Amino acid sequence: MTRVLELRGITKRFGAVTANEDVSLHLDQGEIVALLGENGAGKTTLMSILFGHYTADAGTVRVDGAELPPGRSRAAIQAGVGMVHQHFALAPNLSVLDNIVTGTEPLWRPVSRRSAARAKLAGLMDRFGLTVDPDALVADLSVGECQRVEILKALYNDARILILDEPTAVLTTQEAERLFATLREMTGQGLSLIFISHKLNEVMAAADRVVVLRGGRVVAERATEATSKDELAELMVGRRVERPRRPPATPGAVVLEARDLRLSGRGGASLNGVSFVLRSGETLGIIGVSGNGQTTLAGLVSGLHAPDSGALLVKGREITRHTVPDAIAAGIGRIPEDRHAEGTIGDLSLWENAVLERIWSPEFSRRGLVRRRAARAATAEIIKGYDVRGAGVDSRIRLLSGGNMQKLILGRALSADPDILVAAQPSRGLDEGAIAAVHARLLEARARGAGVLLISEDLDEVLALSDRVRAIVGGRLSPAIPSDDADARRLGLMMAGDWAEAGEDAHAV
Amino acid sequence: MRFERRDRPSRALSVLAPLGAIMAALLVAGVLIATAGANPLTAYALILDGAFGSRLGFSETLTRTTPLILTGLAAAVAFRARVWNIGGEGQFYLGALAVAAIGMVPALAGLPAPLAILICAAAGAVAGMVLLLVPLGLRLRFGVDEVVTTLLLNFVAVLFVSLMIEGPMKDPLAFGWPQSVPIPDNAILPTLMDRTRLHAGLLIALALAVAVWWVQARSVFGLGARAAGLSPRAAAFAGVPLARTLLLVGCLSGGLAGLAGAVEVMGVKAYVTTDLSPNYGYSGIVIAMLANLNPLGVIAAALFSAVMFVGADSMSRALSIPSYIADVTVALSLLTMLVAIFLTQYRIRR
Repeated sequence: MTRVLELRGITKRFGAVTANEDVSLHLDQGEIVALLGENGAGKTTLMSILFGHYTADAGTVRVDGAELPPGRSRAAIQAGVGMVHQHFALAPNLSVLDNIVTGTEPLWRPVSRRSAARAKLAGLMDRFGLTVDPDALVADLSVGECQRVEILKALYNDARILILDEPTAVLTTQEAERLFATLREMTGQGLSLIFISHKLNEVMAAADRVVVLRGGRVVAERATEATSKDELAELMVGRRVERPRRPPATPGAVVLEARDLRLSGRGGASLNGVSFVLRSGETLGIIGVSGNGQTTLAGLVSGLHAPDSGALLVKGREITRHTVPDAIAAGIGRIPEDRHAEGTIGDLSLWENAVLERIWSPEFSRRGLVRRRAARAATAEIIKGYDVRGAGVDSRIRLLSGGNMQKLILGRALSADPDILVAAQPSRGLDEGAIAAVHARLLEARARGAGVLLISEDLDEVLALSDRVRAIVGGRLSPAIPSDDADARRLGLMMAGDWAEAGEDAHAV
Repeated sequence: MRFERRDRPSRALSVLAPLGAIMAALLVAGVLIATAGANPLTAYALILDGAFGSRLGFSETLTRTTPLILTGLAAAVAFRARVWNIGGEGQFYLGALAVAAIGMVPALAGLPAPLAILICAAAGAVAGMVLLLVPLGLRLRFGVDEVVTTLLLNFVAVLFVSLMIEGPMKDPLAFGWPQSVPIPDNAILPTLMDRTRLHAGLLIALALAVAVWWVQARSVFGLGARAAGLSPRAAAFAGVPLARTLLLVGCLSGGLAGLAGAVEVMGVKAYVTTDLSPNYGYSGIVIAMLANLNPLGVIAAALFSAVMFVGADSMSRALSIPSYIADVTVALSLLTMLVAIFLTQYRIRR
């Protein structure tokens, strides 16, 4: 086997933080190597060095035996390295073809050589089975298609080594499976791949070899067939991590009731008659493929919008057209779906973020003035109680990693001891350690007697945390089934809208 | 060489950045002065001497600082909440016109001076507010870009002032000059120094700068406004009433700009002309940026700008260099400040 890529002794520091310490790894032709590690383990930094976005403090990168000059992306591209970023670098207002050709032609060429480009692109699509309409606007494409365009862009530049940064982060299960089939196809034709991931399942399924990164160092390297998920998890986290288990529920009185909620228009995801009850001390899981109205439902319960018709009752009292302060006053704690865009304001401090949603309570303000000392103290308590690491009370919250940010949001919602907790996608994008922490907190809230409305796309999460599960399809809820009776197949049918098939005990509300 | 974002801008840097920016601007302007055939150092010394060297110069500088503080605050308050109020000039003129209009009410002359001043100031502030609330309402209701509307309303406002002072509000005793009827003496702000134009408006402006800083830093409204400016979506999720917050910001910003016009009439001229403002409204934007939107910084930035304008006048007489050098220097300092703000947020690595 020929060695196509070799990183040797890469070290990179950002101020006091060491992102990579003496990292060496290699890639042989036709191989798929997974770079496994938690968030902040240094995976993305390492790949950015390889691709010339960063300059390493020490170490070398060799492609086909020739050393790459540091800090020059163009040299990496020319050597045949292509990168597919986690956050797509595509212009939504241009066509697929334009996106792919842009940057490959000299600026001074008066006319773009469209037909040649089109022919080359058609050849690539054919060869790797990556079909996208070259004239479609990128804005109209699905996430899966956008990713195909990103890959095609790299291939168009004659990449022979492809680096994929968390390629499945935004894909559905089926799309991810298709992607890995495509990647296999590509290695079969002589390409070599590195993909970055923190998901054990896909690493085990797709990679030939796994390099585990922890704290910026390579802690292990394993052939996939010679290892197991458990071993990898332990290597990645550095200790045994187990997601907490759900004790039996002791449901109490109804805390939240929705009666035939309807809301049309919200970006295509409307609610078409949603009814459910949530009791104290239980978790109701709502599972569904994204875009089926779960975001609208979460926003509605959170007080962000009012329904067109229907009623929402908290402990029997109607609060249908409530605002956010009403929701909080009624004892609803909220974990938003998007912690960066909705849950936090990056340039405000931790304490400002922590108290903003309860700023009008006498605890945090008096006569229109912020009680800064009390706010800081409450935030310090959240930081301590919820193990938020990486920044102090006065630091800007953008410094926190996703997991720590989520812990702060959890702390903020739970410190008010809510009767109802709306948790939308609570562990999306988090690593194993953080997921376990978030799950433990959700179970703790349930044990304390809160009713937890868990809205998630993650089957494992819903099965692990919920007592009852409903699927949301096209703005309607399926009947609830006990999660002990649910399995992936049955939930899959429910998520496809096939409720009768899913079970006869569905009427037990 | 590359830029890396700092965890947080250091406090020392955020003070040093404007100073550095001004030094850089003076350096570049110095080249222009040298090209015009004079020694830059002599020119700057003359500017400082003109601005501070005499009782008259000193008082003029502070007189000029007063409206600049107010228009600077107007811009700073709005920009903090990402309300792009470019209409300070129009709000200034409408505020001035409102004072002149109130001044024509005969009953005003019979009131005690503090009450008359208060009424006039309020009228000016309300006029400025109204002129900003129209475009702001359009933005909140229909998503109309307020940069365009506030900017264009400046011309509408100035032409409206012209219409009024050539028509119904024209002073019959002004030998045909287009100016408004002077306001009664009891609405005139007291002077702070004998035989100068320096008036109590300076104290109002300074007090408001401190007040605005305090409101922004300490009040729930200030926190909400910053949150709404930084991320409307997250602010809405946290329950900040977006429309109400932005409307309040608009009232504050438009009110400050309108008050600037009112104070200028009540303190300096007593009547309105169409050259009442040498672009005070637009300068306010520059000053707000120079101050990095900090209300206390606005005081210093306004002073710098006033020094340049007052000093450049006397400098140009002595050296026969166009006094436009003041405009150039202030404009340059805005550009260098934008670079400096960028640099405070990043560190350079190689």
